[in-house]
Amino acid sequence: MRLSSCGSGFSRDAFCRSTQGASRLKPLPQGFLLRLLLVILFAFAGTLHAQAIEPMPFANHAQELRFQHLTHELRCPMCQNETLADSNAPIARDLRNQIFKMMQQGKSDDEIKQYLVARYSKFVLYDPPLTRGTWLLWFGPLLILLGGAGVVLVAIRKRGRMPANGSSGPRPSIDNGDDW
Amino acid sequence: MSRLLPFIGFMLLAALFGFGIWWNTQHDPNAIPTPLLDKPAPAFNLPKLYEPTQTVSKADLLGKPYLLNVFASWCIECGVEHPVLQAEGPTLGVQLVGYNYKDAPADAKRWLAEHGSPYALVIADEPGQTAIDFGVYGAPESFLIDAQGVIRYKHIGPLTPEVVAKELKPAIAALRKETP
Repeated sequence: MRLSSCGSGFSRDAFCRSTQGASRLKPLPQGFLLRLLLVILFAFAGTLHAQAIEPMPFANHAQELRFQHLTHELRCPMCQNETLADSNAPIARDLRNQIFKMMQQGKSDDEIKQYLVARYSKFVLYDPPLTRGTWLLWFGPLLILLGGAGVVLVAIRKRGRMPANGSSGPRPSIDNGDDW
Repeated sequence: MSRLLPFIGFMLLAALFGFGIWWNTQHDPNAIPTPLLDKPAPAFNLPKLYEPTQTVSKADLLGKPYLLNVFASWCIECGVEHPVLQAEGPTLGVQLVGYNYKDAPADAKRWLAEHGSPYALVIADEPGQTAIDFGVYGAPESFLIDAQGVIRYKHIGPLTPEVVAKELKPAIAALRKETP
């Protein structure tokens, strides 16, 4: 269903809304009807998927694998939550053809990526290179993790100290797990 | 104080989410910043929609600034943008060049006949190959190209009266200041 919603419409907004049509079906009283419907649905989804990735005349299997790997690392500029390999958007099809053409011309993966970045910016890279502009993207999660670890450490230390100087009666019960 | 900490943390998170919502109302989250801004427009040589035997190249359009507007008959949002172009086009002070993107010429002509043409010239890119050089990934998109052939402004999505007044017209005014 995702592919159909992404491939039939051309307009920018109506493009990538993934609808979960199958899950919204009301349960039918007759199990047979439901089964028939599902069969039709899946058969249809299969043809759509086949349309999304049309066969290309690869020189050999290694080239095909390289193509699959590369297109899975690149983001479709139109359907931004899909890779070039998965997207059925017309621009994704054009870019896949372009990548195929450049491969036949003997261009390396880096050259192909540079070609796309020059036109569509680093946005198309699912595996962004480590630069000054992306260090926060790469290490931000680690910083947050370290920050969290620091907070936990401080809390543990505080609680560890509690019984030592906690001879004053009611205090521990007030502070009991209240902080974090 | 320590009892207030969770509340402060919550307020900080709420402020962050609020900022995110505000940011997304101010910006189109799907718009990819073009790396081509303030760079020479890519070379092109495309047939005219109405006289397919004649082609228009980048060199032919040098000397005067122009607004290159990517449109197509299949593009729903182009219909939203179209009345704005019709109304504001003559007041912009630059030539409007239509860029018919991945469209059957007959469909494009019918669409323009039906809605009226705001363009001084329409070029056709039916295969969509040149559009990749421009970093086009859908329609509508608009490029303001100066007399030297440099891309000075790009808008992704339909031009609205607000965008025209707040972004496009100031960009054109800036061009005029440079070359009196």
